[in-house]
Amino acid sequence: MKVETKADAIQDAEQSHKKTGADLFVEALVQENVDTLFGYPGGAVLPIYDAIYRSEKAFEHILTRHEQGAIHAAEGYARVSGKPGVVLATSGPGATNLVTGITDAMMDSLPLVIFTGQVATTVIGTDAFQEADVMGITTAITKHNYQVRSIEDLPRIVREAFHIASTGRPGPVLVDIPKNISSAPCEDNYKSTFYLPGYQPNLKPNPLQIKKLKEALKEAKKPVLLSGAGVIHAQASDLLQSFAKKHGIPVTNTLLGLGSYPGDDELFLGMAGMHGTYAANMALHECDFLINIGSRFDDRLTGKIEHFAPNATVAHVDIDPAEIGKNINTHIPIVADAKEVLKAFENQEVNAQHHGDWLRQLQQYKQEYPLWYNKPKEKLIPQWLMKQIQTITKGDAIITTDVGQHQMWAAQYFTFSQPNRWVTSGGLGTMGFGFPAAIGAYIANPNKRVVAIVGDGGFQMTMQELSLLQEKRYPIKVIIVNNEALGMVRQWQETFYNKRYSESLLHTQPNFVKLSESYNVKAIRIDTQQHLENVLPDVFADDHPYVLDCRVLQQENVYPMIAPGKGIHEMIGVKP
Amino acid sequence: MRRIITATVQNRSGVLNRITGLLQRRQFNIESISVGRTETEGISKMTFVVEVEDHRKLEQLTKQLHKQVDVLKVSDITDKAIVARELVLVKIGCNSQQRAELNGIIEPFRAHIIDVSKDSITVQATGKSEKIEAIIELLKPYGIKEIARTGLTAFQRGQQPQVTEFHHYSLIQ
Repeated sequence: MKVETKADAIQDAEQSHKKTGADLFVEALVQENVDTLFGYPGGAVLPIYDAIYRSEKAFEHILTRHEQGAIHAAEGYARVSGKPGVVLATSGPGATNLVTGITDAMMDSLPLVIFTGQVATTVIGTDAFQEADVMGITTAITKHNYQVRSIEDLPRIVREAFHIASTGRPGPVLVDIPKNISSAPCEDNYKSTFYLPGYQPNLKPNPLQIKKLKEALKEAKKPVLLSGAGVIHAQASDLLQSFAKKHGIPVTNTLLGLGSYPGDDELFLGMAGMHGTYAANMALHECDFLINIGSRFDDRLTGKIEHFAPNATVAHVDIDPAEIGKNINTHIPIVADAKEVLKAFENQEVNAQHHGDWLRQLQQYKQEYPLWYNKPKEKLIPQWLMKQIQTITKGDAIITTDVGQHQMWAAQYFTFSQPNRWVTSGGLGTMGFGFPAAIGAYIANPNKRVVAIVGDGGFQMTMQELSLLQEKRYPIKVIIVNNEALGMVRQWQETFYNKRYSESLLHTQPNFVKLSESYNVKAIRIDTQQHLENVLPDVFADDHPYVLDCRVLQQENVYPMIAPGKGIHEMIGVKP
Repeated sequence: MRRIITATVQNRSGVLNRITGLLQRRQFNIESISVGRTETEGISKMTFVVEVEDHRKLEQLTKQLHKQVDVLKVSDITDKAIVARELVLVKIGCNSQQRAELNGIIEPFRAHIIDVSKDSITVQATGKSEKIEAIIELLKPYGIKEIARTGLTAFQRGQQPQVTEFHHYSLIQ
């Protein structure tokens, strides 16, 4: 007599294609309207990959060449689409390769749902092959994480994960799925309803605080609006624009908030912060009323706290209560969705004062202290390069970047007229982010031109994803701002370490043209302005991927700049 | 400042790790922490005693705790009318002659001797942290071999004093 063991049942299920946990997983993703899964297979996710194979394209799977590429692509997808980016990786090294991207998404509030394989529950904790304590590793860097211990919980956990990732303040949620769960035979009738009493984000503003905001606005003589990525997440850009225009309030953006307010509007002062414009930073320093909508007063924005809006009444709108009062003393705290707050001002008369003098003063700052650079005769310089890309795309492109000098120049010289067009690593400042993020951005919005502006250092961290351009022919234009250096590190060493360029100059580099060509991706090396002007029209007319190795002057620095520890009004390099 | 914070949490795997990890990475010093089940199945209660610099830090602490998905409620009960208790076990070197003397010391604390051996006794005491400190101080001269403390657990009293209520006491009825 044969006694059927659990192992037999699993084998049966696999062979007869009886429904398994992995099938349940695929169904759950379809339920969540997932159209793209960024992933990389491995031992612990074999049952899931088998179910994906059998599902016959329930959704598209994008095989990046490194798990870090998968997660940054998912971030780019999330930033552009506003929907959660979905990632699948195997246990152990697959999962640990995701850590940088998960942290990046956590810092920049990007909705991601990450699935990792795990060794079977029977061997968890025994240091099994490719086992890593993914729950322990990711607890600090996720909004929430789960390990599926029982197959009945799988559909519910997947739904909870998507809900938590995409509501409230968005963030990454990780689900760890042991191999015996994904391969176990299963029933059809597991419950997927959930109730999360400990997670009830508040969307509606408190009417009392709205009243206070109105009164403060009425009193204000020098108001300024600071808008961050929260406005973009809330899809409140239009409301923000009508709010600012109706009350005549000048607007500045955080780095991640670029695009939340049209960059070509006359009330726009430019980006604020360490490399922000003179007008924006002085507005923040001199204002008597600051309305922060959806930004978290990051230290790269505020500079030294005591000089940040020292004479202002501060109103802070944030969906995350923990951000209010964390760095800056707040007089009018409003915990709510940015859209709900701005809606409360629709069709409302506030009778705000006319801020003519204040606006004139800021206009004068704008005219007197614009962004500047010295253009040499022939040599390529990065600031001018950004302007050329702006011109050739007519400003209608999705721009992704890594971190560093090129990122700041892109932020300064590109004019974002719409939200969800600017994909950059802000909080964590991750090198190698821009290129894979561009792939995700393109998948999210294939109708837009996608330009990855990357550094020569950053590109070398994730350039293996050229394989995806080779395979899928995504018409992404990669602009390597190549100064043969870790530019921002070099700039700081020049400014604060007496030009001791310790390990920041990268004179040995691959031949990026040959490298790209080996992936069957067209590439050109460009050394002069003339050359760039000649090739750009063709490159951007072409519907193929392209890599431009732009050799720019190494000694260019990003200005203006607030030195670390200085106040927001103590900028250096505001004029040539 | 020393604050007593309680948190009602869903008793899910890893919840203690989530919370202690959070306190550690945001640089909050935990003096003591105690966890146990409550009257509701699946719900546990944690009591922390923390040392924070100022009110801003304190606000961050409660907000960050509350942000956790598994945390249902966070209260700072330091300034409320509360009952707060902790339990301590103290093993003291002691020969048979000293036992009576020790009994005399611990009796006012309503502590008990719960284990006796040839050369040591173990005392169990419960009470507010100050009382626990006091009894430990008094036992020190006898040679403390081992101490185990549970950390404080606390909740609000059934009735909170009303600020508007005024009681006049008088010796003359």
